[in-house]
Amino acid sequence: MGLDLRIPIGLMFSLVGILLAVYGFMTKANTEIYKRSLDININLVWGLFLLVFGVIMLVFAMKSAKQSKPDQQ
Amino acid sequence: MLLNAQVQLGNLDYAIMIIYVLFVLGIGWTLRRYMKTSKDFFQSGQSIPTWITGLAFMSANLGALELVGMAACGAKYGIATSHFYWIGAIPAMVFLAVFMMPFYYGSKARSVPEYLKLRFDERVRCLNSISFAVMTVFASGISMNALAKLLNQLLGWNYHFGLWICSGVVLVYVLKGGLTSAIYTEVLQFFMIVLGFAPVVYLGLQDAGGWGSIKTQLTQVASHPAALNLADDASKTFGANAWTSAWQPLLAGPANNPMGVDWFAMVFGLGFVLSFGYWCTNFLVVQRAMAAKNMNSARNTPLVASVPKMILPILVIVPGMIAVALMSMPNKDYRLPQAQIDSSKYPALTAIVQQAAGNPPTDAAALKTLVEKLNKAGDVGFNSAKVAELIKTSDAAQLPAKLQDAVANDYDGVILSLVKRYCPMGLLGLALTALLASFMSGMAGNVTAFNTVWTYDLYQAYMAKDKSDAHYMWMGRFITIVGILLSIACAYFARMYNNAMDIIQLVFGFVNAPLFATFLLGMFWSRTTGTGAFVGLLGGISTSALVHGMTLAEGKGGWLGVHLYNFPSTMAQNFWLASFAFIACFVLTAVISLSTAQKKTNDELKGLVYSMTPRLTDTGVAWYLRPAFLGTILLIGCVILNIIFF
Repeated sequence: MGLDLRIPIGLMFSLVGILLAVYGFMTKANTEIYKRSLDININLVWGLFLLVFGVIMLVFAMKSAKQSKPDQQ
Repeated sequence: MLLNAQVQLGNLDYAIMIIYVLFVLGIGWTLRRYMKTSKDFFQSGQSIPTWITGLAFMSANLGALELVGMAACGAKYGIATSHFYWIGAIPAMVFLAVFMMPFYYGSKARSVPEYLKLRFDERVRCLNSISFAVMTVFASGISMNALAKLLNQLLGWNYHFGLWICSGVVLVYVLKGGLTSAIYTEVLQFFMIVLGFAPVVYLGLQDAGGWGSIKTQLTQVASHPAALNLADDASKTFGANAWTSAWQPLLAGPANNPMGVDWFAMVFGLGFVLSFGYWCTNFLVVQRAMAAKNMNSARNTPLVASVPKMILPILVIVPGMIAVALMSMPNKDYRLPQAQIDSSKYPALTAIVQQAAGNPPTDAAALKTLVEKLNKAGDVGFNSAKVAELIKTSDAAQLPAKLQDAVANDYDGVILSLVKRYCPMGLLGLALTALLASFMSGMAGNVTAFNTVWTYDLYQAYMAKDKSDAHYMWMGRFITIVGILLSIACAYFARMYNNAMDIIQLVFGFVNAPLFATFLLGMFWSRTTGTGAFVGLLGGISTSALVHGMTLAEGKGGWLGVHLYNFPSTMAQNFWLASFAFIACFVLTAVISLSTAQKKTNDELKGLVYSMTPRLTDTGVAWYLRPAFLGTILLIGCVILNIIFF
């Protein structure tokens, strides 16, 4: 099917990752809200991880689009 | 899935939820251009890459009820729950890939019931397609009811609003993109679940002091499970490894493992009959593999699915075990979720307890009557071990707290109680969106399987034979709307008649139990006839109903009034019932096939039966991509996992 699924997956997780990471960065000084996550700023850490995951998906999608441009259906 | 306190969602949490919804709608919208023929709509044009069909294959089964249920089992039974994966799902998926997929994909059948029609006759297809169509609608209704209830209790959303909004989103993207939409969003949901729950599991493991500490705690729990309301009998003790070993407690007999199951029922009933029956014949999952782009890809689909399936227990079973370990650590201030007793019920409950204190129950039957009385008066379920203890309390002031402590665990709430415990705003939105995603993609999966079976196996077969492709495409869209409306109706039905729903699910259990015998004989024995298969199926279904009617387990079954046997648990009853159904169906099909004439010629059976089909040669495929090789590796992996957690 014409749509490469890695593109929406990559875009969505990059977007969510950026949101989480930015929020995590802004609330860095706030120890109160991270008490429940065992004093780990889980939003920042996990947001960055999601961003990396999303970008990897996009890179793979772009690579295969370049490679198989002529015979892509 | 009772939750006591609502959670407060922040703007960020809602933003994540909205982003997800926009993306699934966007996927549906983009795919609409490719929906040209009914083949595109119902079969994704058989053009989907293997990694996508594989993840969708696994994800179609990873609905929210599975997530919630597996965590519940992890708490109730411990690591033995992994049998559903390591002796259940994986061997069945490998068998499907190596031996059965060539006939499904190679026969050009568009659905599992259609294969039955090609192999046997109309009667078998009719029985299978009608029961399957009804079942998918009910399954999606049950899960949507659970979703709407959850949104209501957790976020305070209006029940009707939650139900219609979520169904509406599913409707739009299935209408636009058909099966492809459903498959794509299943893959998206898979990543949402993994990436949404992994941090929760990580934090839980950290909090409980790591895997070693959890094992130590569970060893203590096993010596006195009633302390945590994990057993109904105060004197019940299990061996130290009851929650932490998968095989030893099982081999020690039903009394020595919390599941109350013997090893034969586990290996034959669950591992063979039920798992092979589900993974190899259920069109909901098989449809994903049939959408693959070629034969090798179709065969590799279940194998790709097996890899995440094998490690999934970390994400779905371990949380339940974490919860029990946390509860047994007093300094963690954690309790398995329970229903709350309404404060207005205390006077009535106190009266019953005081009356019982003067005249304590002397035997199990009297205790059971007392518990039932309390259940009715309190509108919750009580744990009988705690009740037996409770009536000895003389201090009336302590009674309300003790009564609340005696309420049975609500295991289905385990996963959410951990999400609430560990997730700050942000991560909370991600985890809840993952849950929402799995409910919605579950509905989409059921609806796409339903519309295919309806259009090809019921509508085209019995109502409108020779219509144009555009007509069937129109019908597919139309029946999608009908299917969603029926699901909503079922959700309301499930909400109002909980008991009726249990009976309906029980009946589906009877219908599904013998199915694998029919497929096994049909695919691997050319002598199997249509009459044999049809009568065998009916015989198998009646056998499972009869066994259920004549045996008891935890007060369930025995509705025929004859009690031939008392199973130690409903799970054992369920596994044995399936075993009997399978054997009855197998024997009946074989015997009747031998005494009836085969109406299909050898030529008709080509591509449908093992012995009539030319051997597949995997030439042109690298040796490390061949299903037999990959399947062997996966099975070795399973054996290793079973040894590690022996």
